[in-house]
Amino acid sequence: MKLRDIAHSRTGDKGDLCNISVIAYRPEDYALLCEVVTAARVKAHFADIVQGEVLRYDLPGLAALNFVLKDALGGGVTRSLRLDAHGKSLSSRLLDLEIPSPDDGS
Amino acid sequence: MRTIRIGAGAGYSGDRIEPAVELAEKGELDYLVFECLAERTIALAQQARMKDPAGGFDPLLAARMQAVLPICKAKNIRIVTNMGAANPLGAAEATRTIARQLGLTGLKIAAVTGDDVLAEAKQANLALDNGDTVKGLGNRIVSANAYIGARAIADALAAGADVVITGRAADPALFLGCLVHEFGWAMDDWDRLGQGTVVGHLLECAGQITGGYFADPGVKDVPDLARLGFPIGEVREDGDLVVTKVAGSGGCVMPATVKEQLLYEIHDPAQYFQPDVVADFSQVRVEEAGPDRVHVMGGRGKPKTGLLKTSIGYVDSYVGEGQISYAGPGAVARGRLALEIVRERLALTGVQTSELRFDLIGVNALHGDVTPQAGEPYEVRVRVVGRTETLAEAVKIGNEVETLYTNGPAGGGGAWKSAREVVAVASCLVPESATQMHVVVLEA
Repeated sequence: MKLRDIAHSRTGDKGDLCNISVIAYRPEDYALLCEVVTAARVKAHFADIVQGEVLRYDLPGLAALNFVLKDALGGGVTRSLRLDAHGKSLSSRLLDLEIPSPDDGS
Repeated sequence: MRTIRIGAGAGYSGDRIEPAVELAEKGELDYLVFECLAERTIALAQQARMKDPAGGFDPLLAARMQAVLPICKAKNIRIVTNMGAANPLGAAEATRTIARQLGLTGLKIAAVTGDDVLAEAKQANLALDNGDTVKGLGNRIVSANAYIGARAIADALAAGADVVITGRAADPALFLGCLVHEFGWAMDDWDRLGQGTVVGHLLECAGQITGGYFADPGVKDVPDLARLGFPIGEVREDGDLVVTKVAGSGGCVMPATVKEQLLYEIHDPAQYFQPDVVADFSQVRVEEAGPDRVHVMGGRGKPKTGLLKTSIGYVDSYVGEGQISYAGPGAVARGRLALEIVRERLALTGVQTSELRFDLIGVNALHGDVTPQAGEPYEVRVRVVGRTETLAEAVKIGNEVETLYTNGPAGGGGAWKSAREVVAVASCLVPESATQMHVVVLEA
């Protein structure tokens, strides 16, 4: 199962920081999000793109997680050479994350 | 308890204009806010003003004002915008001229100035978030603009302005200024200012809360994006918010669109640093309140820091780029060959670069070679881009891609090239006391 099956996501940027939200469609999937979409997992998923640390902020009231990825945009939108200098497409990459399905027991 | 209606007429400088007209005509608004300044926009505007002292404000200001001023005047809707960019006073003068041409005699237009702190930034030699200092930038520095808060905007409204034009105001402050003016919120009522920041933050990107930047066919479907309606915030005197849009417009307002926008670019939700308050979004609740209506409450705040984020614009480098496409069987192999040829040519001809990228659009340009490919794409686009110290060097990069037409792999088409100066932005903090806010009111 992909993260995209249980959550939606949006990317924003400020300077060289990338901000990616991950929001559960159903509140009951929030616990699974917290368990599998760790900061370390996100850092590893973006290993080739993000140079700096990854922080996670938990929002149980919204059934959402908010990730901040540092040194993530090749210098930030104003100077990055990347085709997607804002990193707008990075949420789509995060939703491609493979996660255990709730009835896997894994 | 009193409620006012604020519409968001633009989410960035180049945004669509008809949704703002629709809001003015049908939104039963009290305020129409246009947020038009990205991080770099003001630095580019500062450069434009150096070339033309009467310029340096939003290039779409005239088009927007011509489209909405007559409706807003007739319906008594007040306009707040940061379209002043590097020249709020010039923008106010241009707006006055338009108002006179439209016969809107007596229209009051306020310019809010004081965000330009270039002299102070140079004198204090501030440290930048990129590791450099203001002095280290030398004569490459173009601009220094502090993110100003809601107070001066509220003052301009209190002075009777029908239109308030700022430079670098914090985006949510454009909305917060309306709320502070309307409801007389105290500038140390941190929870109110925090919830007011939620209001501003949700509305400032316009279509991004009504279904823009959201659709994913089959997963998240959004109706009628070509006629996307821009948002309206119904804000109660205690800050309680309902987000909605004009009935019959395209798009949708639902908890999912609101949640995505709530977390957009805020980093730590418990500490969203603003000029007027450190807003806390961590306890915000979002609930459906009817078709295309979402109720949002629970924003809080802590005392402001007294420091203002300041964008320093500077001439960073030059960037040269070239692209060319290949299609059909073997397209990927020909694209890769093309990249190798350009890589070798740049080395052979000694083009001086400090950074280079070789992308194959359709294969690895966005996220690198990390995703397994299920079958080869039918077509690919080669992209070579590099950073240089001079424009002349930058030009050579695009030229090497273009020469693939006659010197490269078979079937290369649609070559394109560019070379440009890069004005980049770094950030620092300045004390609020460095800004000297002024409100000037012009009358048409």
